[in-house]
Amino acid sequence: MNAPAYNFAYLDEQTKRMIRRAILKAIAIPGYQVPFASREMPMPYGWGTGGVQVTAAILGPQDVLKVIDQGSDDTTNAISIRKFFAKTAGVATTTATDEATVIQTRHRIPETALHANQVLVYQVPIPEPLRFLEPRETETRRMHALAEYGLMHVKLYEDIARFGHIATAYAYPVKVNARYVMDPSPTPKFDNPKMDNCPALQLFGAGREKRIYAIPPYTQVVSLDFEDHPFEPYRFNAPCALCGADNSYLDEIVTDDKGGRMFVCSDTDYCEGRQAAGHHGSLSAAPYKEKAQEKSNG
Amino acid sequence: MVDQAALENDEPLLVAASLSKSFGRIAACRDVSFALYPGEVLAIVGESGSGKSTLLQMLSGQLTPSAGHVSYRMRDGITRDLTTLGEAERRFLFRTDWGFVHQDPAQGLRMAVSAGANVGERLMAVGWNHYGRIRDTASDWLTRVEIDVARIDDAPRTYSGGMRQRLQIARNLVTEPRLVFMDEPTGGLDVSVQARLLDLLRSLVAELNLAVIIVTHDLAVARLLSHRVMVMKGGRVIETGLTDQVLDDPREPYTQLLVSSILPP
Repeated sequence: MNAPAYNFAYLDEQTKRMIRRAILKAIAIPGYQVPFASREMPMPYGWGTGGVQVTAAILGPQDVLKVIDQGSDDTTNAISIRKFFAKTAGVATTTATDEATVIQTRHRIPETALHANQVLVYQVPIPEPLRFLEPRETETRRMHALAEYGLMHVKLYEDIARFGHIATAYAYPVKVNARYVMDPSPTPKFDNPKMDNCPALQLFGAGREKRIYAIPPYTQVVSLDFEDHPFEPYRFNAPCALCGADNSYLDEIVTDDKGGRMFVCSDTDYCEGRQAAGHHGSLSAAPYKEKAQEKSNG
Repeated sequence: MVDQAALENDEPLLVAASLSKSFGRIAACRDVSFALYPGEVLAIVGESGSGKSTLLQMLSGQLTPSAGHVSYRMRDGITRDLTTLGEAERRFLFRTDWGFVHQDPAQGLRMAVSAGANVGERLMAVGWNHYGRIRDTASDWLTRVEIDVARIDDAPRTYSGGMRQRLQIARNLVTEPRLVFMDEPTGGLDVSVQARLLDLLRSLVAELNLAVIIVTHDLAVARLLSHRVMVMKGGRVIETGLTDQVLDDPREPYTQLLVSSILPP
């Protein structure tokens, strides 16, 4: 038996065709959720089954794949998905944002600006932005069809009434191409401006909910807000403790049980790139170059 | 000089022409016709199962009649058949020019979001995009329906039954509709709360020149609020006329029975 164990990129060709059709439709109607026949994947729901299927459908042998989870290249989810495609498709993988042609992401958009030949694939848990406001799926579909989005503002109103400002910090609703309101997956709202007029193609896959949606390159993406409470991206008011960046999205890391904490870039590739370029922050153990030398000596 | 407003009031706002609805072999509503004029309050009374609610649903475009049609004079003065309206137009009409007060406030309100957002929802749906103005309008309306403005950020879950019903009314009236449908608005409220609610409704109806179609089995409500009464039995309108005329001098045996079944005060 010499038959290969898997088809290229795991899914069979018929499945890929089905997913590609859904993707094409999604690109044709920016922000619209296209139903598709989501398959069982060899991973649990919530780990990116939607994203993995989209990636599998668009991956070619020449592609270079990068996978990030909360901005990081080296967490379990990111590593296992990267290995999965390295094994089933034999594609080259990378951690460098610039070199990648397909980037699968969970909850972040890379800090490095994307370029025209890249595809960003999002893993989406709940594609329906109106879900927690209107529980009936039949009704939310009708609301999308008729562009009745008053309810979305009810949520923002509630935020302001309760907290004095729009407290929604992630999954912040956006309007795509002045038509469909879309959930940008649980990315922090810090990333919302990056979606607007982005040169890269953005695809969203929700495996459990069986939906695919997309933002074509150079499409207008507007975050919803009120005239007197405009949209504001949020980040911790601190520089990165490792690379000193003051414009990147930060993770808060608790370092002891006495209130100690540090803020570091959530995008590890961006942070490492800056450290390699000689930037350092308040908690850098040693200049990066020395460390690299020690390694090569030892 | 022609008084434009008077001329407007001369034309009916809503016309029902021989409306019928049957569910299989059961005829819930048979051959109902009437015209409703601006500022007029029409009560539909009758016992349970007489077809009142079916009629109300047909009038408000939620149910398609088996026969007959409903036409409505839009804000631009053109009278249109409801069945020819697209779904988008009908829904737009429903949240701007119409109101619907349910018997159970939980059906008409979003119980988990604050009172302010409940009142503001219709405004946001028609494109209001200024938090401060939405909130001012909402507090203004809460005052008008006698709800303490301090409770604007509380969810209707925490309100009493009477307050919920008043909130539902505010939510419906915020876009200044011309026609409001009410389905047993005082059902399930105790007598003193009912009295206050009716008092409030009566003053709002007069103040805003609202046309109201109110479905009720409570003749006292009909007497207090309405100008005209339609009595229904077995899906048919058996008697119709001015409220005091019908209630004080009922012609049909069934109406006589209905009126006499109320305990004298």
